[in-house]
Amino acid sequence: MLFATFLQPSFRLNRLLYTPFVYCRRSHNLAKLLYVHMLGYPAHFGQMECVRMIASPRYSEKRVGYLGAMMLLDEKQDASLLITNSIKNDLSNSNQYIQSLALCTLACMGSAEMCRDLAPEIDRLLRASNSYIKKKAALCAVHIVRKVHDLGELFTKAARSLLTEKNHGVVHGAVVLITELCERNSETLERFRKTVPDLVQIMKGLVISGYSPDHDVAGISDPFLQVRILRLLRILGRNNEAASDAMNDLLAQVATNTDSTKTVGNAVLYETVLTVLDIKSESGLRVLAVNILGRFLLNNDRNIRYIAMTSLQKIVGTDHNAVQRHRGTIVDCLKDQDASVKRRALELSLALVSASNIRSMMKELLSFLSSCPPELRSQTASGIFNAAERYAPSQRWHIDTILHVLTTAGGDVRDETVPNLIQLITNTSELHCYTVHKLYRALLSDISQQPLVQVACWCIGEYGDLLLRGECQETEPVQVHRAHDCDPVNPLTAPLSLHNSTPDSRIRSIVSIYGSCIDVELQQRAVEYNALFKKYDHMRAAVLERMPVIEKNSQGHTNGETIKESQTVKVKPGEPQQPANQVCDLLDLLGGSEQPLQPSPALGSAAPPIPVSTPNTVGGDLLDLLGGLEPTPITPVATVTVYEKDGVTVTLGCEKQSDSGLTVTLTASNSTESDIRGFTLQAAVPKSVQLHMKAPSGDSLPARGAAKVTQMVVLNNPNKVNLKMRLRISYTSQGSAVQDTVQIDSFPGLGQ
Amino acid sequence: MRFLLLFSRQGKLRLQKWFTPLTDREKKKVIRDMMMLVLARQPRSCNFLQWRDLKIVYKRYASLYFCAGLEDKDNELLALEVLHRYVELLDKYFGNVCELDIIFNFEKAYFILDEFLMGGEILETSKLAVGVSLEEADTLQETMEEYMSKPAY
Repeated sequence: MLFATFLQPSFRLNRLLYTPFVYCRRSHNLAKLLYVHMLGYPAHFGQMECVRMIASPRYSEKRVGYLGAMMLLDEKQDASLLITNSIKNDLSNSNQYIQSLALCTLACMGSAEMCRDLAPEIDRLLRASNSYIKKKAALCAVHIVRKVHDLGELFTKAARSLLTEKNHGVVHGAVVLITELCERNSETLERFRKTVPDLVQIMKGLVISGYSPDHDVAGISDPFLQVRILRLLRILGRNNEAASDAMNDLLAQVATNTDSTKTVGNAVLYETVLTVLDIKSESGLRVLAVNILGRFLLNNDRNIRYIAMTSLQKIVGTDHNAVQRHRGTIVDCLKDQDASVKRRALELSLALVSASNIRSMMKELLSFLSSCPPELRSQTASGIFNAAERYAPSQRWHIDTILHVLTTAGGDVRDETVPNLIQLITNTSELHCYTVHKLYRALLSDISQQPLVQVACWCIGEYGDLLLRGECQETEPVQVHRAHDCDPVNPLTAPLSLHNSTPDSRIRSIVSIYGSCIDVELQQRAVEYNALFKKYDHMRAAVLERMPVIEKNSQGHTNGETIKESQTVKVKPGEPQQPANQVCDLLDLLGGSEQPLQPSPALGSAAPPIPVSTPNTVGGDLLDLLGGLEPTPITPVATVTVYEKDGVTVTLGCEKQSDSGLTVTLTASNSTESDIRGFTLQAAVPKSVQLHMKAPSGDSLPARGAAKVTQMVVLNNPNKVNLKMRLRISYTSQGSAVQDTVQIDSFPGLGQ
Repeated sequence: MRFLLLFSRQGKLRLQKWFTPLTDREKKKVIRDMMMLVLARQPRSCNFLQWRDLKIVYKRYASLYFCAGLEDKDNELLALEVLHRYVELLDKYFGNVCELDIIFNFEKAYFILDEFLMGGEILETSKLAVGVSLEEADTLQETMEEYMSKPAY
């Protein structure tokens, strides 16, 4: 036979199939076509030929025709329905091999309609035929049940009676069929529970019986059947005391008597262990099962160790202590060469970490992290973080661990790690000095890991004075300069904060270098910071003070931060919004105040108790996020109209809260015929007064006063100066932007 | 079992048996993925892999890789035995089977497989029984005279 491996012969074959004189080559030609199909070439034109050959009286043609049907036709092809009739006829053929061809094909590619048509035939064959056909009919029935669940009813009775047959093939088929029926239908499951004694009997027969040449595999008698029976017993014994009791002895016997030197014996033991752990077995048996798994763990064969760990993973939740006993071996498997074994060992090790073994386990996990294959890195890193978070024995240990992970596998950690770490660091004030030193040294050795650089820059910025007190940091600003290579924005912030505590002209010069950088963000920041250096001396100290402690938000976000708006509104235009990087949000200095009131996505309801009195923090875009969620008060006590122009009206009402505190409510409405969008209010007050603007109720004013926008402003006037407020109103109406300013000199209800 | 594949070290497919309906495109994707995963494995590594939601069991016999895709509840160690049994059956039938036998008589390899597995499950657990039925089926294959004498359809 010549084998074609390119396309042209397909066409030749096509012609040949229809040439009447090459009849004895017909089956050969179809076979060739099938081979070509296996190599990946299209062969759909052979489908009709398959249909024709199946109908042929010649066995050799039938055989190849059915093979072709199994390879080329599947239930999605229309031609598959055409062979239903042929199959039906062949199922009643006197020759069992022709019957078997039909059964095999039906079990392979039978569609739901075909199955429904032919199910009664299959049932008939299940009852009255020889064992050769019975076993095939049983598996065909399995296929039918998988395709059309309702037909399971039809086969229940026949399946029961097949269990009593002598032929192993038939019994095996029956067990598979019963398993399928029980898995689909709980009523059937109840009915088949009665077969447990019969199954136990069959199993005992297999285990105790002497050598039988027919079925023996390395000393085990018919392991395939044994495993299937064990699997069925598992399903029948699950959640049922009586059934579990009935099989207890048997399982103990199999577990102890099965020879485990070869794979086949271990296969049977494996299935036994799975069954024991799944049914309601007595504790002695359970202990036996876990011990078998422990023995598997010590086996030289990698496959055995792999499946042992897979099984232990399943029970680590329920039998935790039993699995803990084998922790040493599992941790050793982390060092195995094989990738599959490593993966399983990692999952299991992470599941076994507990408060008592955290230190030793973490040592192992960290050393694993440095040598593990890249595809496991991020899983290991997140696992380590979770474990550290839950069981950290001390803060310092926790920080050390996280730093270690960042230095070894920084590229693979998740985004929220950085804010979490920063939060952790700010919370442990006694370790600030230690942390910042460590970070700096880490940066010195390796500057390529982005998360590490982010954290380090932030810390250096915040606690730089501690650093400088410790060592002489001539090269420090230069480090930060290099850091920009991997992380554009943050590094510029750090020298800024640093400058605050230790003024150094080099920092200024470095920042001004970036004033002409190609990266737009960097450039923008650099220019802003330069401005800060030059013009706003009076503000700089306040703006660059230390960040307050971040409250841990239960949702894992770190934006419970309250940042106040800068006192004057005249700083450079707005910051570009950092997409989804919360760290950069926190580090945003000098937010542009065009959009000072951002409705923030964070919905953490916990309000951090930031004292309102200290003019705090790096002002920026994020303002108080809490106010936006509270319903604004309905009407203030006394209102006065402060602005009225072009149909837009702003009224102000105020309420005294305390000796120096005052709540002002601004209400805006629109009486024009067109909607107003992008409505924002900005406020400025005298220097000694503290201003706190809450988020507005919205930013669009529908026409004709259909709805209003309200905004609350909290003022604190400790020095009791003459209270004035300048209000800037911006909005877009009919496509054009409008901006206006109004000064409010008197506040109602204040008695000024 | 969801599928059984045989392919050579050079990535040539020698046998494919699918026990669930898949489109041609999906089949090709699975074959590509299997070859990529299995051929990349080190010589003495574990025979089990995880791929999507299936367990993959593979074994190398001379120049051929036997690769089976199992569902979650199937026993992997037993699958190794199944693959081994199939190789033994091939060996018995062809007498010292090698890859060439499977290339040139691939349809026979399918026939042997169909006597051993059906619908992803084991059909016959006895080696002898499979051998006997294969021999008998082969006797039914017509000789030239019989072929000519039977009516064409």
